[in-house]
Amino acid sequence: MTGAAGGAGSVAGGVGSAAGGVGSAAAERIARGAAEAPAHGFAIETHALRKEFGRIVALSGLTMNVPRGEVFGFLGPNGAGKTTAVKLLLGLSRATSGCGGVLGAPLGDVAARRRIGYLPELFRYQGWMAAREVLALHCELARLPRAAWPPEIQAALELVGLADRADDRTETFSKGMQQRLGLAVALLGRPDLVILDEPTSALDPVGRQDVRRIIGALRDRGATVFLNSHLLTEVERVCDRVAIVDRGGVVAELTMADLAQERGLSVRATGLGSLAREVAARYGPTRIDGEWLFVDGIAEADVPALVGELVARGGAIHAVVPTHQTLEQRFLSLLGAPPGAPGPGGSAPPEAQGPGETAPPDREAR
Amino acid sequence: MRSSIASIAILARLTLREALRRRLLWALVGLTALIVALTWWGFSRISDASPVSGPVQELGVSQVTVMLAFMFSFVLAMTAVFAGSPAIGPDIENGLLLAILARPVRRSEVLLGRWLGLAIVLVAYAIVAGYLELGAVALATGYVAVDPLIAPVYLAGESLVLLTLAIVLSTRVASVAGGAMAVVAFGLAWMAGVMGGVGEAFNSDVLRWAGIAARLILPSDTLWRGAADGLTPAEEVLRSAGIANADLYRFSPFSGTAPGPLWLVWCVVWVVGALAIGILLLRGREL
Repeated sequence: MTGAAGGAGSVAGGVGSAAGGVGSAAAERIARGAAEAPAHGFAIETHALRKEFGRIVALSGLTMNVPRGEVFGFLGPNGAGKTTAVKLLLGLSRATSGCGGVLGAPLGDVAARRRIGYLPELFRYQGWMAAREVLALHCELARLPRAAWPPEIQAALELVGLADRADDRTETFSKGMQQRLGLAVALLGRPDLVILDEPTSALDPVGRQDVRRIIGALRDRGATVFLNSHLLTEVERVCDRVAIVDRGGVVAELTMADLAQERGLSVRATGLGSLAREVAARYGPTRIDGEWLFVDGIAEADVPALVGELVARGGAIHAVVPTHQTLEQRFLSLLGAPPGAPGPGGSAPPEAQGPGETAPPDREAR
Repeated sequence: MRSSIASIAILARLTLREALRRRLLWALVGLTALIVALTWWGFSRISDASPVSGPVQELGVSQVTVMLAFMFSFVLAMTAVFAGSPAIGPDIENGLLLAILARPVRRSEVLLGRWLGLAIVLVAYAIVAGYLELGAVALATGYVAVDPLIAPVYLAGESLVLLTLAIVLSTRVASVAGGAMAVVAFGLAWMAGVMGGVGEAFNSDVLRWAGIAARLILPSDTLWRGAADGLTPAEEVLRSAGIANADLYRFSPFSGTAPGPLWLVWCVVWVVGALAIGILLLRGREL
């Protein structure tokens, strides 16, 4: 996310605020529509998008820009407004206020939907039709040339692993197979933008791996993928960039590269007592959890010096593990993790560790 | 505009295919064949066993024919309601429409496509089954009403009115509730039509206006009366059968009156207006 929103890791407020010069400029740009949209601009732009259902505010002012050609994760807890945002982007719902554009066209533009693939969270297709017929129907609805239907359908079926069930009625499909079919529907016609709303909710681990592979292939051919999910590990694996939403607004945005750079060090040391914290504090924010010493933001070059100093002070070093913050930890910290839950610099107890294990408890070892 | 027509055609075809695949059409064809056979057999018995002949028998046959048509109109109305009530709402609730509307398709096109597909099924059924039944009556008894060809057309129109009502309700009301509302409305409109007929016969303004108001609110009875009128025996048959006052004959719940051109225009306006309201209701609905 770029543009009106802040830099990586920025929190709430400015990201979702409606007013401001930058925001107004964005609104004007969106209003100008497709004619002036740059070919390499944003696939999705929204400005102060708000949606109310009676007295309930589902989106409180969503401002975001999704660059073309990226895999963009849209994360948030249940009820954060993710699916509402997706429906607004597709014109399936109308915003109470604010504006936005998709592929250079205003939100709700019917013609722009020809270039969008969509897998709904609530996926369901005509049970009386065979999978191949469902895909043919969507080829027709998407106005693809009739000659292109057979290869498009066959390619989509093979991509999602349904080629051998192509002529079976979809009412005989499991939920996972229906979701695979939904993915195939979303991929028809090589769309420029693919919006996937919880695409792995019904899939087994093999299916999830397939989805990751498909998303990778979409990125490789230059498509933009908008991935709405609360499965953070999935998102972390495939996305270039994520926005975290809560209570109808964006609370943070970051790239995976930003996240990977937020490194730290976990050291299991004994024989130092409170001296360990004193020593480590010179290298970065520090905390101690049992025998584990955690140092956030320490430079890689400083690690030998820290370890050497700890040893010089009489400490016995059992493990030294470089770590980086996981998306889940960032997510939980931003959304106010409950006491005891892991977070950046948090204090999750190492209860998951068995004797002899050396992995630090609250960060992902690299 | 061309794109809209294409979308409506796609969705109408989808609806027709669904009717075929779900065996709605085949069920209607099978039941029609059965009813036509029973009609021929029943009227043959009437003709053979009747103790009277001439105009009185003709009057009797005409009354049974109109009653048969009424039952057929009821079957058509129920078919229209049961086909129309789940046309939109369940597709929203189960997510089917999300995938369709994410394509370059407008909500209005979905509604009109569904309506058109079901309308084609109903009209085809009404016309084919109606003519087959009247043919069976003519074959069994030799009785031919004043204007038998028009009756199935009016019945088809009546089913379209009820289909439209059911589809409009399905944009906002659950299928069962919408279906029940449409059936009750159909029944009330018919009863109001009977009361209007009584008002005409006994010159009661209150009843007459009540009948007119009901026909304006839901013109299904207007079209039923047109169908019944087409099946009514000629005036000379009525007189020969001893019914001196043909107006009084209109008192019968199974009698008819051909709707004037203004009423027919109103039926068309009503359907178009109801569809427009349905489109507005669907546009305003959150998916």
